[in-house]
Amino acid sequence: MDKIKNLADLRNLKDKLQSKTKLREKSEVPEQMIQVKVAMATCCIASGSRETMNYIVDELDKRNIDAVVTQTGCMGYCYAEPTVEVTLPGKEPVVFGYVDARKADEIIEKYIKAGTLVEGIIPVNYQKIENN
Amino acid sequence: MADYKIHMLVCGGTGCKSSQSQILAEHLRTEIKNQGLDDFAQVVGTGCFGFCEKGPIVKIIPDNTFYTQVKPEDAKEIVEEHVVKGRKVSRLLYKDPKTEKIVMDSRGMEFYKKQMRIALRNCGVIDPENIEEYIARDGYSALGKVLTSMTPEETINVIKKAGLRGRGGAGFPTGLKWEITRQSPGSEKYVVCNADEGDPGAFMDRSILEGDPHSVIEAMAINGFCTGASNGLVYIRAEYPLAIERLKKAIEQARQYGLLGKNIFGTEFGFDITLRYGAGAFVCGEETALIHSMEGGRGEPTMKPPFPSVKGYLGKPTNVNNVETFASIPVIINKGWEWYNTIGTEKSKGTKVFALAGKVNNVGLIEVPMGITLREVIFEIGGGIKNGKKFKGVQIGGPSGGCLTYKHLDVPIDYESLIAAGAMMGSGGMIIMDEDDCMVDVAKYFLDFTVDESCGKCTPCRVGNKRMHELLTSITKGNGTEEDIDRLINLGNVIKDTSLCMLGQSAPNPVLSILDNFRDEYEAHIHDKKCPSGVCKALMRYEIVEENCCGCTACARACPVGAITGERKEVHRIDPALCIKCGACLDRCKFNAVIVN
Ligand SMILES: Cc1cc2nc3c(=O)[nH]c(=O)nc-3n(C[C@H](O)[C@H](O)[C@H](O)COP(=O)(O)O)c2cc1C
Ligand code: SF4
Ligand code: SF4
Ligand code: SF4
Ligand code: FES
Ligand code: FES
Repeated sequence: MDKIKNLADLRNLKDKLQSKTKLREKSEVPEQMIQVKVAMATCCIASGSRETMNYIVDELDKRNIDAVVTQTGCMGYCYAEPTVEVTLPGKEPVVFGYVDARKADEIIEKYIKAGTLVEGIIPVNYQKIENN
Repeated sequence: MADYKIHMLVCGGTGCKSSQSQILAEHLRTEIKNQGLDDFAQVVGTGCFGFCEKGPIVKIIPDNTFYTQVKPEDAKEIVEEHVVKGRKVSRLLYKDPKTEKIVMDSRGMEFYKKQMRIALRNCGVIDPENIEEYIARDGYSALGKVLTSMTPEETINVIKKAGLRGRGGAGFPTGLKWEITRQSPGSEKYVVCNADEGDPGAFMDRSILEGDPHSVIEAMAINGFCTGASNGLVYIRAEYPLAIERLKKAIEQARQYGLLGKNIFGTEFGFDITLRYGAGAFVCGEETALIHSMEGGRGEPTMKPPFPSVKGYLGKPTNVNNVETFASIPVIINKGWEWYNTIGTEKSKGTKVFALAGKVNNVGLIEVPMGITLREVIFEIGGGIKNGKKFKGVQIGGPSGGCLTYKHLDVPIDYESLIAAGAMMGSGGMIIMDEDDCMVDVAKYFLDFTVDESCGKCTPCRVGNKRMHELLTSITKGNGTEEDIDRLINLGNVIKDTSLCMLGQSAPNPVLSILDNFRDEYEAHIHDKKCPSGVCKALMRYEIVEENCCGCTACARACPVGAITGERKEVHRIDPALCIKCGACLDRCKFNAVIVN
């Protein structure tokens, strides 16, 4: 470990470390965060949701997008797996079906970044997925 | 590598550790590995969440899930259900004691709603054994700022303007103390952190040292820079092994990172810290006694002046501050005195940590802005009185404090208002009493403590408090007289006026404040020879109601001292002279014939 020799050293170290505890601060105001939930029940995993999840996590990081990604249970749209729910701050959650890497990329670029809807939304009598 | 998306914060405070939270953390790590989620979820051992009674606590971030009383066996279910499938494990979720509703998000807990965490900002949030988590949360940036861009005078001025007052009990203005130490002539000076914490039931300072030791280290270094000291000492009681271990580890890490030692932040300033252990005598928390104890002498107080700031450890100027006082410093430097000044009341700025204990639903460690009322603390944060009983009183300020009643529920918590009401801030003990508590007995309990802890150096405290204790004992035994009340008041006032240190000067406070607020209870003991709450055993009488007694002899056979007589099928009688009030007859009688008066 290098010693901290001046204020710049401390600032650099902090910048490097900050993201490690940031989630704990962000969780105090989840309404202000972009939340992404990937359905991860057994059937979803079989249809590639784990790959989708890993892809989303990596890409959000690469593109410097601050979002909270969590797994969730079966959303009940097994026919459209892998399914992903995205909640933008102040908006109703939106569920996307058949999310592979290509679709995920589109969701990140168009919906998360720009707020424009993309195809593949699962609409009918959608109810907010509660965590309970 | 991407950052973790789920943080599982497992409390590693003394309370939760004693109920296996460490094993639980291990199990969680194993389960996460088994699920192949090592890159996704992280298990972090943190300091106390303040909710020790319902520990071990596991908080899951980002969805603020608050699991209570979690056992190692629960680890599998938490990981499989919550982490993998995103479904909270309902049976482990905290339930609001008033509404009986499950709380999904810890932000919805009454316990936390009115709290404001400054001194406890990192407790339950970071891993205290990892300096990097402290640095990630702005740690050591206050020290860096002060050393590289401020003068000692400017820094002291910030503390003064912030209005911070000592959290160890007396509420002395912290900035002023630093200034006096700075201005005291001497080439060698010392910074002392008072971590003796001896109030019964108090664990504010322990939790800070266990949960966020670096905040105290950083503040001590800032103090060294301001006062001209290069040596820091932490006087900590040996009964706090976990706090000692974490503090040692933190000091070691700070040295490795160059944040303690020579040329900190590339400046001329150097500072280091060593630990001194106290054997746990309450009076050693008094600053002059503490200094004598560190010098190897007897832990007895001496007259002030001279104050430690002028002539302290080894005769050198010594700045003594409490743990919580120190923990507040870095935030004030970082956020500015203007910000701190907006919190609290006119003369009491900032927040205060309290250990809530006694008959409230949520006992635990809380930090609240000054000026909050007792009602808010007891009935909102504390969740009201246990088992739907009636509130009777609250002892504030530990054994030196006073006991307030429902009349005082709307008193704002600040140094002056509490004194005006007949109590004091003290170090932050808050014990809540309900209708089942006998206030004469409570007064006796606190006096018991001070009589035991008196160092014996001066007569008023050594002898006077003992006499008061005897008077109280005689009252609880039913031998009190009207004159005893006057004797207690007179004696109490003499002790307050003539004792050498604050221990003696404050020892009569609980007795006197209870006399003020609950005089009728004293009188019931004296005149009616009754303990209204049924606590004082000597005043209880076991009797048999003739109409109900069928003469089954069960009670007589149960009585260990043969106090019950009566023929089979005839009414039985208890001889009050023989009865030792064990209650066996009451338990045994199936006909509700035995009663207690
Ligand atoms: C009997 C007695 C016990 C005390 N115990 C403590 C203690 O455990 N911790 C503490 O910080 N101050 C304690 N004090 C107060 C200290 O003497 C001193 O005022 C304090 O450490 C100063 O720090 P502060 O200005 O930051 O509060 C005690 C005082 C008395 C009279
Ligand atoms: S007041 Fe009590 S504790 Fe303080 S010096 Fe006198 S005898 Fe000792
Ligand atoms: S147990 Fe009750 S009913 Fe039986 S003899 Fe004793 S008082 Fe009477
Ligand atoms: S209270 Fe105990 S000692 Fe007294 S009469 Fe009943 S059994 Fe006997
Ligand atoms: S015991 Fe953790 S400090 Fe509760
Ligand atoms: S020790 Fe775990 S909540 Fe206090």
